[in-house]
Amino acid sequence: MVEAAVAALEGVEVDYPGRGRALGPFDFQLAAGEIVALVGPSGCGKSTALRLLAGLEPPTRGEVRRAAGRGETAVVFQSPTLAPWLSATANVSLPLELAGVAGGEARGRAIEALARVGLAGAERARPAQLSGGMAMRASLARALVTEPKVLLLDEPFAALDEITRRQLADDVLALWTAERPAIVFVTHNVEEAIYMAGRVVVMTPGPGRIAGELPVDGPVPRPAGFRTTEGFRHTAEHLSQMLRAGMEQGA
Amino acid sequence: MRRSVAIAVVAPTLFVAVLLAGWEIACRAFAVPEYFLPTPSAIALALVGNAPLLFVSAWRTLSTSLMAFAITGVLAGLAALGAASARVAEASFRPIAIALQVTPIIAIAPLFTVWAGIDHPQVAVVALACVAAFFPMYSGALAGLSAADPELERLFDLYGATAWQRLTRLKLPSAVPQAMEGFKVGLGLALVGAVIGEMLAGSGDQQGLAFRILEASHRLQMAQSFAAVVALGLMAGVLHAAFQALERRLIRWWRGR
Repeated sequence: MVEAAVAALEGVEVDYPGRGRALGPFDFQLAAGEIVALVGPSGCGKSTALRLLAGLEPPTRGEVRRAAGRGETAVVFQSPTLAPWLSATANVSLPLELAGVAGGEARGRAIEALARVGLAGAERARPAQLSGGMAMRASLARALVTEPKVLLLDEPFAALDEITRRQLADDVLALWTAERPAIVFVTHNVEEAIYMAGRVVVMTPGPGRIAGELPVDGPVPRPAGFRTTEGFRHTAEHLSQMLRAGMEQGA
Repeated sequence: MRRSVAIAVVAPTLFVAVLLAGWEIACRAFAVPEYFLPTPSAIALALVGNAPLLFVSAWRTLSTSLMAFAITGVLAGLAALGAASARVAEASFRPIAIALQVTPIIAIAPLFTVWAGIDHPQVAVVALACVAAFFPMYSGALAGLSAADPELERLFDLYGATAWQRLTRLKLPSAVPQAMEGFKVGLGLALVGAVIGEMLAGSGDQQGLAFRILEASHRLQMAQSFAAVVALGLMAGVLHAAFQALERRLIRWWRGR
């Protein structure tokens, strides 16, 4: 790899007591500024791989290398995971405040981050007053507010309707062009993976291993009609085959 | 909507009225002596006639209960904090908490009166109310402190939150709904404990509603005794409703809607 990796998993394996192996052996490298999608069936260890990259849990075997320091990695979970007792602004400024940024400055940066994800005007709203899509945007704003080098997205749109999830996909890509954090995007949806990522890694059913990998060509943010292009269809077909082959191999 | 209000308010009112009327009529028809079962009208008269004394006695019982509630709130909160932060503390507290829960309060009341001494019956009454209220308040607070969203916890891990930040910004606010639930039960039990304490340990200057009930019963003034019971029930109902309203407001604020 030409560019230096900001995070890497080297021969990692994760065993959970009582559940056996969840992941691995698994090798993965994330270059600065690239967007990678991890695709695989439910229970293949995609989220486990993400938690390893975030440093939230250690591997049973193998090595995790992370160039990003504390506060330079952000995670967006499948649910918005907002604190119900805090306003949108207070939720977004939380990572800054935990890192010791002064209250006033943290608030200011949180309000800016909310504006960037299209939530200007909702600063004082509580999570319960936000729609599913808006709550996810607030969650995204909280991840972006620290200007992370690595952004880990764990099926962030899975609970949203199709229109909202397409819109958010475009918004994430547009936001990416500003700071260009390296993004790992976990999904079980092949088309979403191709739309989001410059490189798609396909995983086998649990314990997850790499079934294959494909680059995705095309400009980012995606132009209108990208989903109907020949290249997109072709890549989707190819990835689906890989996924199927991986399933048979795993079974 | 209007129909459901009518059912919720009018139906029980009518039902109670019918029961009271039946009671009144039966007592008169069978000429039941008042020292055995007074009529509702006699009880109502006793309630009005003794209102000042009952009010003072109710205030005594209420202040005892509230004092016990406050003390137990602090103790149970601190114990729950300890239990939530160290498993060894949780394991150590558990048998004692359960023992306090399963032992009938009335069984330990005589011990408390001995320990408090004849000169301080008030101490025994408050202590009994504290014991009665402890378990639900402790377990509610502990359940609340352990109820933080695990993904929010991961987020705190990710950003390297200190133990203090985790406590004040995650665990304490997450604990609010379940702690309130436990505290509501605890408040009711504090009142029960205070009444039992007064019955067994109360004397002289410790004349709450329970003392009024016993005193009137011993003199076979059943209407007065009933009046004190009614006053106790009314007070407990108001206390519960007040806490319920407070809880509802707090939860609404917490949830943001």
